[in-house]
Amino acid sequence: MAARVSHDPFGKTLKIGNKTYSLQPLIGCHFGSLFQVETGGNGPFLSPVIQESNQEEKGCKIDDPKDNRALVDNNTAQTLTGDEIDVMRREGATGNEIVEALIANSATFDKKTSFSQEKYRLKKQKKYAPRVLLRRPFARSICETYFKKYPTRIGFLRVDSLSLLLSMANITAHSDVLVVDMIGGLLTGAVAERMGGMGYVCNTYIGVNPYPIDIVRMFNFSDEICKRIVQSPLTELSACENEISLQHGPPEDSCNTVSLSNEKLASPTSDSVIVERIWIFKPHNGRPGYGCLDYCQRSPPTSVVFSSFCNLPPISSAACNMHAQFAAWENGNWIANAEPWLREYQVLPSRTHPHMQMSAFGGYILTGTRICSA
Amino acid sequence: MLPTDPAKRLSFQRYVSDGDLVIVYERHDNMKAIKVCESSVLQNRFGVFKHSDWIGKPFGSKVFSNKGGFVYLLAPTPELWTLVLSHRTQILYIADISFVIMYLEIVPGCLVLESGTGSGSLTTSLARAVAPSGHVYTFDFHEQRAASAREDFERTGLSSLVTVGVRDIQGEGFPNEFTGKADSVFLDLPQPWLAIPSVGKMLKQDGILCSFSPCIEQVQRSCETLRSNFTDIRTFEVLIRTYEVREVKMNRFQGNEGGSIESLPCKRRQRSNEEINGLENSSPPVVMARPSSEARGHTGYLTFARLKCVL
Ligand SMILES: C[S@@+](CC[C@H](N)C(=O)[O-])C[C@H]1O[C@@H](n2cnc3c(N)ncnc32)[C@H](O)[C@@H]1O
Repeated sequence: MAARVSHDPFGKTLKIGNKTYSLQPLIGCHFGSLFQVETGGNGPFLSPVIQESNQEEKGCKIDDPKDNRALVDNNTAQTLTGDEIDVMRREGATGNEIVEALIANSATFDKKTSFSQEKYRLKKQKKYAPRVLLRRPFARSICETYFKKYPTRIGFLRVDSLSLLLSMANITAHSDVLVVDMIGGLLTGAVAERMGGMGYVCNTYIGVNPYPIDIVRMFNFSDEICKRIVQSPLTELSACENEISLQHGPPEDSCNTVSLSNEKLASPTSDSVIVERIWIFKPHNGRPGYGCLDYCQRSPPTSVVFSSFCNLPPISSAACNMHAQFAAWENGNWIANAEPWLREYQVLPSRTHPHMQMSAFGGYILTGTRICSA
Repeated sequence: MLPTDPAKRLSFQRYVSDGDLVIVYERHDNMKAIKVCESSVLQNRFGVFKHSDWIGKPFGSKVFSNKGGFVYLLAPTPELWTLVLSHRTQILYIADISFVIMYLEIVPGCLVLESGTGSGSLTTSLARAVAPSGHVYTFDFHEQRAASAREDFERTGLSSLVTVGVRDIQGEGFPNEFTGKADSVFLDLPQPWLAIPSVGKMLKQDGILCSFSPCIEQVQRSCETLRSNFTDIRTFEVLIRTYEVREVKMNRFQGNEGGSIESLPCKRRQRSNEEINGLENSSPPVVMARPSSEARGHTGYLTFARLKCVL
């Protein structure tokens, strides 16, 4: 796979390199289908790749006698020039044909170990015949894609930290979850995904303007799920004892929500709507949403309270402060502080080792169970 | 355990009643699951607690013994359950569990296959993720373990979401009735590669498999087997570093060169039911955190793979 697309249900084209491709051929295909870019009479297009199952395992034999002693790095190994490749292209050669020509014209290909041959082929394929794999959008892939490309937009929230947040917050169908999401909607979307349209995700905010939750659009949610995502300012949540007005969000265009009107929902003591036991804080400009704690006092017993301080480097300041707040918040209990650690491995015959690069920081998580003050 | 049943949801109107499962919390490292029974008592180092005193109290209440000692009554969650369940096998813990649920893309309504069931630590979280309309079919070849797991799911109120079967999955594979029906499959078996061909048959198009193995040799063999029918084969290790957060009083000792600072750690009040030996009238305490000195250094490798989509 050369390219991974995060699926955009509204875009009709996709840009790969400097060319634009229609997404039309993808429609009606299974998730998991593989496409390759080709150039035809009407310009570039995506064509399905037939994947053989039960592929013969390629090369990578341990007792391969070849090694790299004969390889000299002087840029003369490849005899096919850039101009020649352009000519091939103009004459309508497919990406695969170019890759084969490159291999045939490589003086050193045959001397490489089968493992490096495969690596060479993949590298050339990425460049001349990029592939597109169709993936269903899920919190996991959305989080990973953002973490890789735009980590700042999601507050450096790594996928393992997000998983922990969702588990520790006990998110499940029929929960009512209050979320402070300052990471563009990733948290809101991930919570909504876990609830499958049963229960509410209330996106609360401090101040006058709701925090943007555009990333929710990426999830391809059905109307049922979209209707369960609501927004309300914290002041309103804290102020109304009897009635809470919640605004339907995300914005109309993003999720086909029918109504944007304020809706009066049941009183905070009714089980169906109001904030249940979960709070997820995101810091803003280094100031975690402390204000929420007051309100938390009024949420039903046995709340779990939590945080991820992705933007704040030293745990000493952020998490300790939070702790101090909990101390003030009289009956905080079972407060645990954790930092997840994630490492990926390359697993290949006789070549298994951790990846050379890893993410060194995925955030801190603070957990507490609210207990009764009575 | 789950809010599926509106009557059992946590709310201001949800009180401990006879027959409820509660987590009795002494300290963060000392908890116990107890079924409330009107005529029963709980006895521990703090004294004797009458269950009848608990009935009618909200979840999260502090309850007292005859000697004035106290514990908290918490509502059970899969995370708490993992901390209190009886270990009949090695189990999966929170870091691995949460990562598995996320990576297997499990959402309400999914059909998930699992083997072996073991102590049901993972199964409990799988059940929460598929609720209310999905189902977890979990298999273990050990009859007694399967029976104990079944009893546990009864206690935690998950029986309608989980079915425990007795079957040798490495030898026979998953039952044919699930062919092409599984959204995801999880394996925690000694020789997972033996079950992988069956997993390929059970999964829907684009479905995901996760195999958990403590040893790299197991991972190696599984990956070799996976390469024929699966794609996106990725192996991870997930760990958690915990922090000790303490209130520290800074005392300035005079006479030393430069006035060195000595810290006397004292456990946070909230975390311990023990008395704090008063260190009155020193300077105000500061909160300090440092990574716990001992930690779980390895649990297992998680290998994920997606069934290749054959056009
Ligand atoms: C380590 S335990 C699983 C623990 C579980 N993941 C948990 O979190 O509680 C492994 C289980 O696999 C079962 N097992 C081993 N070989 C099996 C086989 N061939 N078929 C079915 N179950 C098997 C064992 O009986 C054991 O209970």
